[in-house]
Amino acid sequence: MQTIGDSLLSATRIDKVFPGAKALDKVDFHLRRGEVHALLGENGAGKSTLVKCLTGAYRRDGGTILLEGVEVDPRDTFNAQKLGIGTVYQEVNLLPNLTVAENLFLGRQPRRLGLVDVGAMNRQARALLENYELDLDVTRALDSYSVAIQQVVAIARAVDLSGKVLILDEPTASLDAHEVEMLFRIIRRLKARGLGIVFITHFLEQVYEISDRITVLRNGQLVGTRDTATLERRDLISMMIGRELAAEIRAAREEPDVTGPVRYRFKDYGRKGHISPFDLDVKAGEVVGIAGLLGSGRTETAEILFGAHRADSGTAEVDGKPVQLSSPRRAIAHRFGFCPEDRKTAGIVGDLSVRENIVLALQARRGWTRPISRTEQNRLADHYIRALDIRTADREKPIRLLSGGNQQKAILARWLATEPEFLILDEPTRGIDVGAHAEIVRLIEGLREKGMSLLVISSEIEELVAYSTRIVVLRDRQHVAALEGNRITADQIIEAIASANERGAA
Amino acid sequence: MKPKYLPLTATIVIFVLSYALCAAQYPNILSTRVIGNLLTDNAFLGIAAVGMTFVILSGGIDLSIGSVIAFTGVFLAVVLDNTAIHPLAAFALVLLITTLFGAVMGAIIHYLEMPAFIVTLAGMFLARGMAFVLSIDSIAIKHPFYGTMKALYYKLPGGGRITLIGGLMLLVFAIGILIAHRTRFGTDVYALGGGTATAKLMGVPVGRTTILIYALSGLLAGLSGIVFSLYTSAGYSLAAVGVELDAITAVVIGGTLLTGGSGFVAGTFIGILIQGLIQTYITFDGSLSSWWTKILIGLLLFVFILMQKGIVYVSRREQRHA
Ligand SMILES: Nc1ncnc2c1ncn2[C@@H]1O[C@H](COP(=O)(O)OP(=O)(O)OP(=O)(O)O)[C@@H](O)[C@H]1O
Ligand SMILES: [Mg+2]
Repeated sequence: MQTIGDSLLSATRIDKVFPGAKALDKVDFHLRRGEVHALLGENGAGKSTLVKCLTGAYRRDGGTILLEGVEVDPRDTFNAQKLGIGTVYQEVNLLPNLTVAENLFLGRQPRRLGLVDVGAMNRQARALLENYELDLDVTRALDSYSVAIQQVVAIARAVDLSGKVLILDEPTASLDAHEVEMLFRIIRRLKARGLGIVFITHFLEQVYEISDRITVLRNGQLVGTRDTATLERRDLISMMIGRELAAEIRAAREEPDVTGPVRYRFKDYGRKGHISPFDLDVKAGEVVGIAGLLGSGRTETAEILFGAHRADSGTAEVDGKPVQLSSPRRAIAHRFGFCPEDRKTAGIVGDLSVRENIVLALQARRGWTRPISRTEQNRLADHYIRALDIRTADREKPIRLLSGGNQQKAILARWLATEPEFLILDEPTRGIDVGAHAEIVRLIEGLREKGMSLLVISSEIEELVAYSTRIVVLRDRQHVAALEGNRITADQIIEAIASANERGAA
Repeated sequence: MKPKYLPLTATIVIFVLSYALCAAQYPNILSTRVIGNLLTDNAFLGIAAVGMTFVILSGGIDLSIGSVIAFTGVFLAVVLDNTAIHPLAAFALVLLITTLFGAVMGAIIHYLEMPAFIVTLAGMFLARGMAFVLSIDSIAIKHPFYGTMKALYYKLPGGGRITLIGGLMLLVFAIGILIAHRTRFGTDVYALGGGTATAKLMGVPVGRTTILIYALSGLLAGLSGIVFSLYTSAGYSLAAVGVELDAITAVVIGGTLLTGGSGFVAGTFIGILIQGLIQTYITFDGSLSSWWTKILIGLLLFVFILMQKGIVYVSRREQRHA
């Protein structure tokens, strides 16, 4: 068994109770020196809560924490940082209004004669970021950079703070493949230096690529800790969801027949600086999948279709009649729905209850003078909580108290509640666990069968293949290829993205 | 230019332009005499506005400032009138009281998770009430030491004077700038303005910082009260009504976002100068009602808030497509 010698961080019998929910129930977690330890579980399993108890962001209700064999009790995150525990939390991590350098060194700015030495701080910040292949103007406010870069900066800060332990809570959700590779290189380097690394993610490929051991939580309880090398993928999944998963995603495609009329026709539709003009027809009962690398114009396509940005060229038709989609309101009036990717900022209203968040868009469409009756609200909320398996104690819980993935499902429910006829989903399964993943895929198929038109953006190509009736491939903010029928395979899509890239390079 | 400098630059440009306009009409306005008076007349407001800048930068508000100034004045007048305590000792005592007063408000805001607006509104009534309890009359201060201090000044070429209180304001601004941009506390203040929850996760001592911010505001309101009592040589419980609003105005005209997290102490200084300039112009003109000061400042404030909205909007868009 484990000896004290190789155990770096040892948590035993950790309890955490939230009003109305027991988030952690006597959970044990042991992290060794020089290992990458994946912490897995479904949405709401208690992963983030465990991490926060370890770093003092939450006060735990019971249990002990040993760091290198010595009992510690981090009172707050600053205290944990001093102990050598660096953390990237799942929530927004840094302060958008401070400069990059200030974010990196907040609380430990170099000082001379009692005053912050800004020059030295900026120099150190630049040196630090060199390891991450980032050449930023560190004196600029953080919010002048993209979410992915901000995420890398957050990681850089945590790594720099982690003398002994590095905790990463879903750090890769907004990173592209290249950035993930870079992160993994850094993790391996830290591992070689003897750090213990806790890694939380829903991407199982990444788990198998980087981790040495896996601990699984379910409903706030420890299911077990295993060596990654000897744990079969399907066993891991059944540990996580507590039942055998029939089939992760439907393996073989059956050919859905889309013979309905074209309902939405966009001609020459585009906006300078966002997305070059494109043509797009969407039929009833059709799922158009949008594939492409990060930054290829996928989200821009969705935004312009929904009127979040006004098109400056081209025309849009709904059922043969020309329409102006100059604002989301207009689009909603034509029964469009849009579930955005950036749920942290664009999605939830934290203090409102799950029920209120779900009925929000529907209420907005009906206008505030025609309130939805409370019984109707309850019915809708209960229906979607069940349909999407949103894990919440009850529908009146403030949504900010839900785990990240469950918040995502509630946003999805919000748009489904408006019964849109054209639904745009941007990364609907990002940050969602395997169980819910399959449910969302099934849900998309169900909606299509009912005759809804959908446009789905996803980085998960397998998933696109599973539900799309047509795939549009994007590159450099252009629509460069379309795949239909039996050409929709993962290989074909990858090839289309790649060859598009080659053309781009040529 | 970085977006965060835009509001400050706009403020400076507006100040220089309006100063040039005034000078074209009344060249006298350029004299050091006028400048010296402008500093003296606005010293108490400027000092209080420095405290307000920190509060607003952190995403809060302090409505108690005007009342604290009045309380300080009455307290000094009563103490100096009825006891043999030296003014300097009385100053120290009253600063201790107002600092503690601010600290308690900060503690209530943090620990009871109450909105700053409500807590400092209660503080405003409380401080004003305390002033009334001490005395309802206007009490003149005749202590000889006051005369000595009022006679202190630094003579500028051209006959202008930087009085003790004018100089004190300049010093407070200088220290304020240093604290805001060159101390860890200063960065923590901006961090709170950027988002309390995130700041907490990043290890910022949120409670301590909040208490210190309101304590600082209380300290500076007390100092401002001392300056006000030197300026008027009296203490009156109905004095300085609405000064908190003038201070907020200076802060906002100075380019600090009311939502917190972005702005400069130096901007507030310009904000004070702009307000002072408008007053000076109206005095020079002689025919305009003094209400024009309020009207002009109101308009200016409105323009600034619109401009800030615009800047926030533009920089958001830039960021999305960076
Ligand atoms: N501050 C809070 N107050 C009340 N309940 C909370 C709070 N934070 C989390 N919870 C509840 O605790 C449970 C565990 O949440 P946690 O965030 O740890 O899940 P998670 O495993 O990180 O999930 P995800 O993969 O979705 O991020 C959830 O049921 C959640 O609703
Ligand atoms: Mg989580």
